[in-house]
Amino acid sequence: MNPNLEVKIGRLKFKNPVTVASGTFGYAEEFKDFINLKKLGAIFTKTITLKPRLGNPPPRTCETPAGMLNSIGLENPGIEGFIKEKLPFLKKIGVPIIVSIASEAGADEFMVLARRLDKIKEVAAIELNISCPNIKEKKTKRLISQDADATYDLVKSVRKVTKKMLITKLSPHVPDITEIACAAEKAGSDAVSLINTFPALSIDIETHRPQLATVTGGLSGPAIRPIAVRMVWEVYQKVKIPIIGIGGIIDASSALEFFLAGATAISIGMANFINPAASTEILEGVKKYLIKNKIKDIRMLTGALKT
Amino acid sequence: MPTHKTFQVKAKLLRNQRVAEKHYKMTLASSRLAKQAKPGQFVEVKVSEGPEPLLRRPFGVHRVSGSNFEILYEIVGIGTQLLSQKKPGASLDIIGPLGNGFTLSTTHHTAHILVAGGMGVAPLLFLAEKLKKQKPLVLIGAKTKRHILREKEFKQLGCSVKISTDDGSAGFPGKVTELLQDILQGHSPWKDNPCALYACGPRPMLKEIALIAKSHKIPAQISLEAHLACGIGACLGCVVNTKQGYKRVCKEGPVFEAQEIIW
Repeated sequence: MNPNLEVKIGRLKFKNPVTVASGTFGYAEEFKDFINLKKLGAIFTKTITLKPRLGNPPPRTCETPAGMLNSIGLENPGIEGFIKEKLPFLKKIGVPIIVSIASEAGADEFMVLARRLDKIKEVAAIELNISCPNIKEKKTKRLISQDADATYDLVKSVRKVTKKMLITKLSPHVPDITEIACAAEKAGSDAVSLINTFPALSIDIETHRPQLATVTGGLSGPAIRPIAVRMVWEVYQKVKIPIIGIGGIIDASSALEFFLAGATAISIGMANFINPAASTEILEGVKKYLIKNKIKDIRMLTGALKT
Repeated sequence: MPTHKTFQVKAKLLRNQRVAEKHYKMTLASSRLAKQAKPGQFVEVKVSEGPEPLLRRPFGVHRVSGSNFEILYEIVGIGTQLLSQKKPGASLDIIGPLGNGFTLSTTHHTAHILVAGGMGVAPLLFLAEKLKKQKPLVLIGAKTKRHILREKEFKQLGCSVKISTDDGSAGFPGKVTELLQDILQGHSPWKDNPCALYACGPRPMLKEIALIAKSHKIPAQISLEAHLACGIGACLGCVVNTKQGYKRVCKEGPVFEAQEIIW
């Protein structure tokens, strides 16, 4: 018996629920020597901005207990560079390509980006990265996803200019993530992805200096997993749109926790750095678990947490 | 046989010998890696099965022999500590060969000078092997006499070896970059010869090498070290500032033209 793995995110079908998180998988080509990219449920690209971004000065990463900090600063070739240099490879893979976008300038720029992507057939969906801790909105000096009204306004604006599926990526750095998730849903987001990284600091005690050039960065990895699972569970009880669970998934059992908490699909993040074949290995592990436990459909696990 | 230039492999550990105070040399079996690796390229090793530490550790390919390859490492933290405890027969999860290695100038009238600072000897032994017909000059800089690594191995390849120590306990007293200056300015056979520099070591040393190379108008390739997260060019964590903008140490590097780097 082969269990059903297909899931739906809005109108979009993923042949399986294992995807790769934005910023941890480059533009997929980096991984072509290590895995069969066709096996993935979907690919979230590195975040794209309107203009090319140089990113933050190095050092940009450091290892921490059961995790890592990063402050890449959304280095990317800009939307036109992305379309010209990166999209041709992504198009050929044959799995849904979800383009992550961000801006420091607010809704207008998000709308320009969404309009541009709306015209491209091979772009399956747009992820609104309104939660990267390393770039803040110029006007407000905060993350859009730290404010329910700002989230609502942003999603609503982008919703007006594209028919593509919209996925809103949420920050865990808020008192109540369900408020933000509800705002995204109300504004027309087709799904939410959570969580982005936590702002964090690591210090070199010999030099008394921060490990990262930007002082703080975003914490990811297994260290944040239980918090991410809790947030997925909380959001699951408040929204009807699907949740893409992210946060320190490094093996099948950690992936399964997210489904039980309420995720429809999951994204592999830091684990791609540890093992370039992590995503497809986790998919195999999830499949094995379903077969072993005679679960016919992955969708039966979503939100099956018994409390 | 797959044609991928880089790959993930379970390599069998054949030997893990202590070669100095905190330094080990590990021999691993992988004919594919041994065949494809070029001097200056590196491998990413998963040092633990569990979550601590999570990230792989990068090591320059130290030497290749038959279907085996070696890495040379110093115990500096938990990763290398765990690595030093591995026993022959163990299987290690490895990605490689990664990055861009040294470009070998094979012009015979060029004098090749290899400059190693501390652990910088690691990738340079492999390079010396490829350049052995041209009898390169190898400068090894170390803190003290006890910290000199691989002197014998370079000599066995037919290289001329000169030593410098910070405390003067062996060879030239001072920095290896001062030794290099001496050689380029002094009345040595190396003076006024067209020569090419290849260097690996701590960043301040490499910066110094870049300045020396510039003032003597000689080409220099330097191999940079950086903390890596993915090692395969995806995370953009390991960038270095160059005249053409940020470049990834793991992908465009680790070997760069010295004058390309903004120090």
